[in-house]
Amino acid sequence: MSAADSTFKRFVEVGRVVLLKSGPYEGHIAIICEIIDHNRAIIDGPTTGVPRQSFPFRHLTLTPLQLTKLPRAAGSGTVKKQIEAEGIIEKWTKSSWAQKRAAIAKRRSLTDFERFTVMLAKKVRTDHVRKAVKAAGKA
Amino acid sequence: MARSKEVAPSVGRLSRSQVFARRGLYKGLKKTEKPAASEVAATKEVQVGGEKNGGKRVVPTAKASRFYPAEDVRQPKKSRKTPKPAHLRSSITPGTILILLAGRFAGKRVVFLKQLDSGLLLVTGPFKLNGVPLRRVNQAYVIATSTKVDLAEFKLDEKINDAYFKKPASKGPGSAEAEFFSEGKPKEKEAFPESKSADQKTVDGAVIAAVKKTETLAKYLKATFGLSKGQFPHALTF
Repeated sequence: MSAADSTFKRFVEVGRVVLLKSGPYEGHIAIICEIIDHNRAIIDGPTTGVPRQSFPFRHLTLTPLQLTKLPRAAGSGTVKKQIEAEGIIEKWTKSSWAQKRAAIAKRRSLTDFERFTVMLAKKVRTDHVRKAVKAAGKA
Repeated sequence: MARSKEVAPSVGRLSRSQVFARRGLYKGLKKTEKPAASEVAATKEVQVGGEKNGGKRVVPTAKASRFYPAEDVRQPKKSRKTPKPAHLRSSITPGTILILLAGRFAGKRVVFLKQLDSGLLLVTGPFKLNGVPLRRVNQAYVIATSTKVDLAEFKLDEKINDAYFKKPASKGPGSAEAEFFSEGKPKEKEAFPESKSADQKTVDGAVIAAVKKTETLAKYLKATFGLSKGQFPHALTF
């Protein structure tokens, strides 16, 4: 059975972009270069600061992104060329998943005063929405 | 102590007096001399009334105590330790906005002015914004935020020190009788001294001017701090 017949959309395969869930590179993305066994793969992130290493599948998540033309066991240089050719990093940062992650990280890092400012801004937004809804209801 | 090698953590081989003897600091020259005690005669003559008393009598200058304890009581050793003033947290500098965690004003956001000699922090609300007056707080009961007000040009009056906050000596509780006959009225509240409210105004004037430089900062100081659902103070950045 080929991948096309499956209901699954993301597969562990060479060229798959993965998000690391633990370790010193937590939150970075990398590319699967070679599958070692059922538990581990060799991943590489020459443009995301992740050095080439073996990484357990338990500690990574598969993303919908993929490098289409990456050959098996490609070196860092080839991976880098492919990433730049396909604009994978840009695709990732533009994805709603990455943007949501960035927003959560940003909110976590806010100081007390900044949290207060956000609260005020939210109040203003609700007020605008309320007024707009009321105006729309009258018309 | 190098001479008193440790036999166990913080337990030296030598006793306190042995270390003192070996260090030999008593041999050094004393730098200060005690002022010469003026000699007081052991006895003095006093005039005595009464015909048969001889007119004069020699009595000791210092009268011996009529009481002495029947049993020897050991004097407790005097402690020569003095508390060090608290070390100011590095995140607290003049102008830092603090969140008070205890006391009447718990939850209020205030502006830090300086650390007093006692180690307590001098803060102000400012009073006009959130009702917190010039006040001393312990830094243990305070969260330092990373928000700061620029108080570089502000000079605090020297008179605002620990003594400034001391309570005036109470006039002593009036007799119970007097209190009873004042028809059970509660004591009249003393007015807040005008000089202190003037000090508050001068300090707050400068602080409020600095606060107004940042938009919504005055609003921030007016609001109280609280944790909402899913917020944990150890996980927050302030």
